[in-house]
Amino acid sequence: MIRHLWTRARRSESEYDFPGGVHPPAHKARSNAAPIRVGPPPDRLVLPLNMHLGAPARPRVTVGERVLKGQRIADAQGTVSTSVHASTSGTVVAIGPHPVPGTAAGDALCIVIDSDGEDRWGPLEPWPDYRRAAPTELVQRLRQAGIAGLGGAGFPSAAKTRLGEGQRVHTLIINAAECEPYITADDRLMRERAGQIAIGIDILQHLLNPSRTLIGIEDDKPEAIDALRAAMSERDCELRVVPTRYPSGGEKQLIQLLTGLEIASGTLPSQAGVVCQNVATAYAIKRAVIDGEPLISRITTVTGDAVARPGNYEVLLGTPVEQLLQHAGLDRHRLVRLLMGGPMMGFTLSDTSVPVVKISNCLIAADARELPEPPPEQACIRCGDCATVCPASLLPQQLYWHARCDQFERARQNDLIDCIECGACAYVCPSHIPLVHYYRYAKQALRAHDDEQIKADRARLRFEARQARLEREQAEKEQRRRARLEANRDRAAATSAAPDHHGGNQKKQLGRAITAYKAAQRAAATAEAQGAANAVELRQRASDLKQQADRLQGRAPQADTAPSGVVAAAPKATPTATASDQRERRLKALKSAYGRAHKQYKQAHAALQRAQRAQAEHPQSNDHNDVAGMEQRVAQLKARADQERAALDTLMEQAKSDLQQRAGKDLKTLKVEAARAEVALRRHAERLRAGRDSADTDTLRRWDAELKQLEREAHRSREALTQAVRAQGLVED
Amino acid sequence: MTAVLIAVLVLLALAALFGALLGYASDKFRVEGDPVVERIDALLPQTQCGQCGHPGCRPYAEAVAAGEIHNRCPPGGQSTADALAELLGREPLALDDDGSADAGEKKVAFIREAECIGCTKCIQACPVDAIVGAARLMHTVIEDECTGCDLCVEPCPVDCIDMLPLGERSPAGQPDGIGHSPAQRLAVTNL
Repeated sequence: MIRHLWTRARRSESEYDFPGGVHPPAHKARSNAAPIRVGPPPDRLVLPLNMHLGAPARPRVTVGERVLKGQRIADAQGTVSTSVHASTSGTVVAIGPHPVPGTAAGDALCIVIDSDGEDRWGPLEPWPDYRRAAPTELVQRLRQAGIAGLGGAGFPSAAKTRLGEGQRVHTLIINAAECEPYITADDRLMRERAGQIAIGIDILQHLLNPSRTLIGIEDDKPEAIDALRAAMSERDCELRVVPTRYPSGGEKQLIQLLTGLEIASGTLPSQAGVVCQNVATAYAIKRAVIDGEPLISRITTVTGDAVARPGNYEVLLGTPVEQLLQHAGLDRHRLVRLLMGGPMMGFTLSDTSVPVVKISNCLIAADARELPEPPPEQACIRCGDCATVCPASLLPQQLYWHARCDQFERARQNDLIDCIECGACAYVCPSHIPLVHYYRYAKQALRAHDDEQIKADRARLRFEARQARLEREQAEKEQRRRARLEANRDRAAATSAAPDHHGGNQKKQLGRAITAYKAAQRAAATAEAQGAANAVELRQRASDLKQQADRLQGRAPQADTAPSGVVAAAPKATPTATASDQRERRLKALKSAYGRAHKQYKQAHAALQRAQRAQAEHPQSNDHNDVAGMEQRVAQLKARADQERAALDTLMEQAKSDLQQRAGKDLKTLKVEAARAEVALRRHAERLRAGRDSADTDTLRRWDAELKQLEREAHRSREALTQAVRAQGLVED
Repeated sequence: MTAVLIAVLVLLALAALFGALLGYASDKFRVEGDPVVERIDALLPQTQCGQCGHPGCRPYAEAVAAGEIHNRCPPGGQSTADALAELLGREPLALDDDGSADAGEKKVAFIREAECIGCTKCIQACPVDAIVGAARLMHTVIEDECTGCDLCVEPCPVDCIDMLPLGERSPAGQPDGIGHSPAQRLAVTNL
């Protein structure tokens, strides 16, 4: 604690500061003495498609394909993504799940390459004259070269350097702080390759055109500071040495430390006009642009008491951790814990078959004495130390309580999302509470909750869209129905409104007459079926209407002038003729009614007889009721048929008596007279034909005259008969 | 006497003034719709499963706002019932579900495509249009859009739809609490 206060007091070069921070033992001397060594030549490479932050790359090779060193084997897809390259020449043997390093343990899609030992480069495309290239071309090149932040987070550099429309970068910061204990990869890189780093910084300056460039480096690396200072002496670049304090190498913390700018929660530094790149990333950018080499290797610190040759190794990406540790002289018996990354932010590896990836800056193979199992977790005593050291000015113990009680929303309100998981709070916790793991757990739960919320919102939208669609379809159907109804009504209105001089009136009347006729016929049929007494009247009315309709159809000129009514609408005729017409129709109706009734009676009678026969054959069956009912019905029908017959006869008699009254003779006399006249005529004609040869001319002439006389008489009597019959409506059957 | 009269008149005048003000404000700042319904709807899981007896989440939200009991959402689980109780200031109630063990499990519909006859009945049943297909052609479920409401299972005439548990992404390093250290621990400690 005293040391902590003292360091704070002695900070010198930077006028700004970030809150909190801790001073863990550095353990850097062990690995930073030896120069960078070449890593082991791997037999087999495992290249995860997602070595970076963001969307995984999409493979562009197939199993069995031969690949050369530096060949692009997977393409970046999406805005935040980058490519993957073969780190050596060989054959693709598998594309599938394989254990990968990461906080979320598990398998991920990897491309596995068997090395052919030749380590043969594919064609390279160096751009020594990068200043001619447009920034967009350079960004595309970074993306295709697979450059991702090598500091530890693995954020794709192309996404970081691609500036939006009108976006300006006022400060470019090169992060050389390397604040986490044990790690010396950047330290050694700066000591040995400062010149190349400087060129990388030039490229970034060309790309971003910042008004100033700052390099932030901790004061515990004097050799690296000297090397950088020498390399940057003639460049527009400011080297800022900052006091050693963890986590000054955090992006937001370094920005705050160097510029005093605090990056707002939920925003990116580029939105505030600052871009921060790791020094190793700058080196990788130089290699990618000037030499055309994609990112296929990185400097990894291998350290810890369990390795014989700690130091920094330039390892091909995809090399299994196992092989690298062997190369560094691992004493398997002493190895107790294996960490990837630093001791503060790194994670334990349980499987040594996982590959070295772009974010693997350090491997710590520790024995039991070096990194002992932490003591058991105890209850929080609310000492507040965690809040003092938090570099993000959060309230770690509040977050801890909320995370423990699964009150994730409360944790969110306490800005859990802004936690950078640096581990400073857990480092100082006197109760040894693994606070960061609680935060990771709570963050994961919040992320899952957010995902669920997004899914729920989408489901809501889809549900509402579906409801709207169903309603719309219903409305359309209703509208179509209404439109059809409207059209029908319009047509009807147009017909009725048609002017008279086009004969519309007649047509209308005709239509009405036909409708009326049909209705009357239906009514009559119903009445007959029911045996109603007025069936005959109805039938007669129907035939009246039919006649009227026929007449209208024939466009009788009288139709227009005549008032309504069947009788009055009849053609010009004497009252007698009208009466005879009426009687004729009535007779016709009566005849058909009688015929129908008689037929019904006959059918019912036949059915009755069948039923009686069936009953005689099967006396046991209980159809007696039916038979009785049938008998009753037969009797009823017979009575009706008789009634019809009687009515018909009555009318016939009446007609005959009328005839006698009018003609002075009855129908029979008229018929006999007509027949007699006919016979006389025929006989005379025969005599004339027989005597034509024998008789003389005078006789023949006389007979001829007599024949003509007879013909006239016969004709007259026939006419009289016809007229009389028609007058009374007694049309011959 | 005059003082009393003045007091009464002043009070009357004030009452009239404030009455007019309130009347104006209630008209001017009228809230369209029922904001409580929106907030209830936001808490519901939007599976549109109809297990509450309403044809979707929003109708249930409206019913709850109108006084219906708030623990009838099995997909939302106890947390939804509690959140609704808190929002509405009602008594927290135990979830009203059938008590089956897999009630809280997330599921997704899956059509055994070889057996599908293309009758489109499930498509009509799906409340979120998460099934694609056409008459006499094979149907399939869009897994990302499926809410697991299992409304499509019953109409299927050949029973070719299964409800499969959704592969849960297990949170890494979940701590069990004091005394049970999480699998991954911080490597170094101070003090």
